[in-house]
Amino acid sequence: MRRPICEDDLHAWADGRLDAARRAEVEGWLAEDPARAERIAGWRRDSERLHAAFDPILDEPIPARLRAVVERKERPPMLRAAAIVAWVVVGTVVGTGLGYRLGRETSPPADALAVLPRTAAVAHAVYSPEVRHPVEVGADQQQHLVAWLSKRLGAPVHVPDLSADGFALLGGRLLPDTAGPSAQFMYEDDGGRRLTLYVSIRDDGPDTTAFRYAQEGDVGVFYWADGRFAYALSGQFKRETLLPLANAVHHQITP
Amino acid sequence: MIPRDALLAEIPRLRRYARALTADAARADDLVQDTLERALIKGRLWRPGNLRAWLLTMMHNVFVNQYHAGAALDYRAPEDLPEVAVRGRQLDGIEMRDLERALQQLSVEHREVLLLVALEDLSYEETAKVLGAPIGTVMSRLSRARERLRQVLDGQSAPDYLKVVK
Repeated sequence: MRRPICEDDLHAWADGRLDAARRAEVEGWLAEDPARAERIAGWRRDSERLHAAFDPILDEPIPARLRAVVERKERPPMLRAAAIVAWVVVGTVVGTGLGYRLGRETSPPADALAVLPRTAAVAHAVYSPEVRHPVEVGADQQQHLVAWLSKRLGAPVHVPDLSADGFALLGGRLLPDTAGPSAQFMYEDDGGRRLTLYVSIRDDGPDTTAFRYAQEGDVGVFYWADGRFAYALSGQFKRETLLPLANAVHHQITP
Repeated sequence: MIPRDALLAEIPRLRRYARALTADAARADDLVQDTLERALIKGRLWRPGNLRAWLLTMMHNVFVNQYHAGAALDYRAPEDLPEVAVRGRQLDGIEMRDLERALQQLSVEHREVLLLVALEDLSYEETAKVLGAPIGTVMSRLSRARERLRQVLDGQSAPDYLKVVK
């Protein structure tokens, strides 16, 4: 019935990388022979020992000489905002160079909404691969997160709950945008795939718009404006996967 | 161009990996520094994606080409690794020393694979990419690395190189 267990499965078991079904098969096979179970459990214990031994380094302050390497070259020490703005510009150039012509085929609106998907996609590309610091404030402090971002954006922010769609909130961060502060909320599904919702304040353009879709590299973005807020939902998903998620977000944040 | 913030955020992980790779805090930070310098020079080639894997690839190249090539000159036998003063009952200090010594007894190829998978939590595919090796090679190195580490640690029952100080 079952696929034979091979050495690779044993590593994947020790590294916690099997799905539940396969894990059960491997564990059944290991249980048949205490000696081999002990051997593989030893691998897992060694991984834990490696983490126990070396993880404290993660919490050490960054040595000044290493910080200096990153901060000294080419540009003087800069504000976080300036770095991100520069990065947005780079993203724009790269995106254009690769031939993504956002908004060319649709008639580009003359408001700030036109640049939103690119800004949101770049923010997604920068932060969503982060393992250790994907967010500034974690979902475990959701009240604080909402209060903080509402205060910084100057308007009450609502965080959509996408758990019914399989995405758990990881948390959020504050980001600088050309028009002022913006917020990014990050979600993750069981497969580790991440989705970000970019929320910015806007003072121009029509009050509400329909959904628009943009493809920025391999990041798909649904974006729209609703009153004082503009939203962009970004992820490395197909349009048809992203659309119901965008609908869910829209449904929840529209009063 | 690599965003500086993102680069700064990677330094703690790079330091952890370098430390486990070299078993020497100063040498580890030298390796991180060389990696960062190289990353900044090559930054124009970087495209938004997995910055961590890209940096680890760079560190692998720096380590293999510079540090390991020079290892013949400054290679230190495990017996020569500095003693640590361990206060009574601080077992994590002892265990860390055990592990560092044990890791140094693995070949560089085995050590890198083991650390990328077990410590840095890279997928097997990412590990293969970082090391520029086929995935089959990664898996067989992983097996040998794990078996060797078990052997070495099992044989380290009497840590006579440690001195307990009050």
